[in-house]
Amino acid sequence: MTAASPPEVLRAPLVVEFPFTRSLGPVQSAFLTGLRESVVLGVKTSDGRVVVPPVEYDPVTSEEIRDLVEVAATGTVTTWAWNDRPRPNQPLGTPFAWALVKLDGADTALLHALDAPGPDAVRTGMRVRVRWAAERTGAITDIACFEPYEDAPDAPAPAPGAGPAPHDGVFEDAVTGIVAEARLDYVYSPGRAQTAYINALSEQRTVGERCPSCHKVYVPPRGACPTCGVATTDQVEVGPAGTVTTFCIVNIKAKNLDIEVPYVYAHIALDGAGLALHGRIGGIPYDQVRMGLRVEPVWTEGGRYPDHYRPTGEPDADYDAYKELI
Amino acid sequence: MTGPRTSRYARDVAVVAFAQSDHLRRTDELSEVEMVMPVLHEVLAATGLKAGEIGFTCSGSSDYLAGRAFSFTMTLDGVGAWPPISESHVEMDGAWALYEAWVKIQTGEADTALVYSYGKSSPGSVRDVLTRQLDPYYLAPLWPDSVALAALQAQALIDAGETDEPALAAIAARSRADAGTNPHAQLRGAVPQGDYQVRPLRTGDCPPVGDGVAAVVLAAGDLARQLCERPAWITGIDHRIEAHGLGLRDLTDSPSTRTAAQHAGFFDAPVDTAELHAPFSSQEVVLRKALGLGDTVAVNPSGGALAANPMMAAGLIRIGEAAARIHRGASDRAVAHATSGPCLQQNLVAVLEGDRA
Amino acid sequence: MSTSGTSGTTGAPGATGKEPVAVVGIGQTKHVAARHDVSIAGLVREAATRALADAELTWADIDAVVIGKAPDFFEGVMMPELYLADALGAVGKPMLRVHTAGSVGGSTALVAANLVAARVHRTVLTLAFEKQSESNAMWGLSLPVPFQQPLLAGAGGFFAPHVRAYMRRTGAPDGVGSLVAYKDRRNALKNPYAHLHEHDITLEKVQASPMLWDPIRYSETCPSSDGACAMVLTDRAGAARSPKPPAWVHGGAMRSEPTLFAGKDFVSPQAGKDCAADVYRQAGITDPRREIDAVEMYVPFSWYEPMWLENLGFAEEGEGWKLTEAGVTEIDGDLPVNPSGGVLSTNPIGASGMIRFAEAALQVRGQAGEHQVPGARRALGHAYGGGAQFFAMWLVGAEEPTT
Repeated sequence: MTAASPPEVLRAPLVVEFPFTRSLGPVQSAFLTGLRESVVLGVKTSDGRVVVPPVEYDPVTSEEIRDLVEVAATGTVTTWAWNDRPRPNQPLGTPFAWALVKLDGADTALLHALDAPGPDAVRTGMRVRVRWAAERTGAITDIACFEPYEDAPDAPAPAPGAGPAPHDGVFEDAVTGIVAEARLDYVYSPGRAQTAYINALSEQRTVGERCPSCHKVYVPPRGACPTCGVATTDQVEVGPAGTVTTFCIVNIKAKNLDIEVPYVYAHIALDGAGLALHGRIGGIPYDQVRMGLRVEPVWTEGGRYPDHYRPTGEPDADYDAYKELI
Repeated sequence: MTGPRTSRYARDVAVVAFAQSDHLRRTDELSEVEMVMPVLHEVLAATGLKAGEIGFTCSGSSDYLAGRAFSFTMTLDGVGAWPPISESHVEMDGAWALYEAWVKIQTGEADTALVYSYGKSSPGSVRDVLTRQLDPYYLAPLWPDSVALAALQAQALIDAGETDEPALAAIAARSRADAGTNPHAQLRGAVPQGDYQVRPLRTGDCPPVGDGVAAVVLAAGDLARQLCERPAWITGIDHRIEAHGLGLRDLTDSPSTRTAAQHAGFFDAPVDTAELHAPFSSQEVVLRKALGLGDTVAVNPSGGALAANPMMAAGLIRIGEAAARIHRGASDRAVAHATSGPCLQQNLVAVLEGDRA
Repeated sequence: MSTSGTSGTTGAPGATGKEPVAVVGIGQTKHVAARHDVSIAGLVREAATRALADAELTWADIDAVVIGKAPDFFEGVMMPELYLADALGAVGKPMLRVHTAGSVGGSTALVAANLVAARVHRTVLTLAFEKQSESNAMWGLSLPVPFQQPLLAGAGGFFAPHVRAYMRRTGAPDGVGSLVAYKDRRNALKNPYAHLHEHDITLEKVQASPMLWDPIRYSETCPSSDGACAMVLTDRAGAARSPKPPAWVHGGAMRSEPTLFAGKDFVSPQAGKDCAADVYRQAGITDPRREIDAVEMYVPFSWYEPMWLENLGFAEEGEGWKLTEAGVTEIDGDLPVNPSGGVLSTNPIGASGMIRFAEAALQVRGQAGEHQVPGARRALGHAYGGGAQFFAMWLVGAEEPTT
């Protein structure tokens, strides 16, 4: 038999999602709490520049910087990009501009969305102001976006050298952490060798692949003999029976598993396989499972993998017969 | 034969072989190891070395692209790490894996190194995945995607009078035209500039999304000459990083590229070839400026990242492509560049030279 | 952009042999379950500034930064070194990010050491961290992969069968694991940075703790920590300026073998043996048991101490547990193992390996405080990861190496 490509490669959604809990530290805490209170804070670098949003460490000298100042909620676009097709999770659902905005009083620009009717309404140098989110929690999204804003024509220019006012960064009920929900969607495909293995399992057969070089049989096959670094080729059916090479007794319930404890989690060398795979042992009291126990798979309706392995009733295998497979 | 003219390090180290996969939009039928292994075989075959004869192995890849933790551990199966090997991995583009391997050879602990890197961008949405690379407090929660960030940089260049949309289109067209002779490229020949993805960047200004692998063999001194008719000597290599925040940087320039180039000895003599890792047409403008490249230099004769941009491998491919030109006598002194992070935050520069007749 | 420190790219054409590498600064955070008071940057920064202060150096003295951590999913930040460049004083400098699974803290230090040994840089900051409280370690370690059989047990379920195999192979009695845990938790009481400080620990308490993954008990497992560790490595000239005694790197090596393969020995992996042999060869060590004064080994579950004692050549095969049982590995024993309290007391995963390397260095510098092994001259730092497939070790000494 050769390992021809299966007609259809398996695919399935893979969702990587977690609500990360992020602690902020003092500077970021002050900034995000400030946003909740409609106040925009910056931080002064060692050479007197005002960085907004405030960073914790001076990007030039690397020194810790903690001198907070309050800057305006109005500013000037330093560059922009028109986003005609907003992607999920982005600040606005309708077409908008990404913009770097230098707030009045700041020396650096902050990235956010700019709500404008269209690209013709946006230009570098245009004046904008913060549009605050209706509900604010202490997050960068408390700034809903920027919006165009024309200063009063004769608004006085800020006095030179005045600079933004110091701020102690102290707010009542400061936000010290954020929860960053992050979901990424992938389509997972296990590749040729594993697809063949999984397809065989659906017929309740365990099919490994043999290395053409060292002739060891890999179960599950992963497409390569890891010691020879060559593609495994010939498909070889192994088992169904095998030997428990080693095991542990699980007494603690895993979060996402619906298995009553205690149970035995074992390494099982199926007959003909060059290494052990993992499975649960049933059909025998947990405290009677032993190394060398001969077992066979038990399938349940619709299960992709054997539900568990149970004793075959054969005599135990000699330690010498399986010690290389542990 | 004369050695490289400007080597400033204890040992002369060269790229003696380079191999890459065909870069494809998707490779569902292949697991990562199934994708990587043939390229490893090819690069080793080019040198006649067996895996067990390699002194040091180093790879680059990203768990976030794969959507799985420890994804690189499985790819090691394709190397045949038995008996056990001296090996390391960077969660970076393979160009930095090459740097680590080059350092290892400089210590004298190894005379040869196998470097490989790979990325499968097809399983996920790489534009969204890359948002997870941003500062997690102020930027990542807004999900600004990689095209949007590059577009902000492009607009800054346009505002500064450094480029315009027709010039960007010309870069894109030249890259795809040059890729016509690159059998591994994903996009070859004329590709329409298309609509704006994020204005001012059009489809043609953006790299294709795809899967691919690259591998390189390094060797030191006389061994390099035995393994390769015309080794591509790494006469200088250096990399530098900039501040993370986009608002803290001048997006129209790449001081880290310039600093790395200085330390790599790039400015000591002219080059005839530049392989620049510029995933967006506008970034080529920035890099040309940082390196002061004139019109006499062949920039991205392979087609560059605009023709194939397998994440985590595209930087190593630049070094490989530059080396391959030296191997076949099409270049005497070339510069290769790799980048990482939003808007060219981190940059590596390698100078490669061939022995002169 | 700062270009400070760039003059450190020396290049020494004609120089032969490796530059000797010295550890002149060490810093770590107090490791705890959750550092709610700092950002990720704040956490790594704390270790880095302590290492700089220990070396009496400033950010401008650092030529390059090498950072390591375990999977990015732990914090949910892809390649977080990009965001950390500012906090680690790396702006304008080279920065490398290493990831070799659990051994990463060790391999990160070795990559940094190689930069100095190769005379590419003179002074390098190396750092490893994990902020596990941002997510959940088990989630990060076991993202469900479609079509694959779900893991049937937690973290301990991966290791416990190998422990049983060790017991079967060597005839080690049941209680050895508890002895290790009891020792390491007591040692941790002498280490102000350790995560677990169980002041009322007794052997009876360890032995009575619940059997989670038989044969592994609760008290024989490692905690999940937030923490960072940093070191400043420098060349001979840098060491000469060091205000405190340096630790010298006498040998360092990495070895990898595949995750799973026919014939793999999970109890005593060949890669571990080969890695140790390489380090001993470099350091001129022929009898590790006699010539090494202290060992910081990566013991995430207590039984791995006797297993690694054999793997690292401190005991004949099958004899490791006897050393533990006889008290040889106690802090006042003949071969103290994990005087810091080890991974069993502190486990910010990506940093755990570097903490082993740093603690070994502290011992030979005579800077280990209450958990100092008196007169330690040579110490081994050991890290491993993946499916017991990646190994990284270094041997540090109080004297400058002669070779």
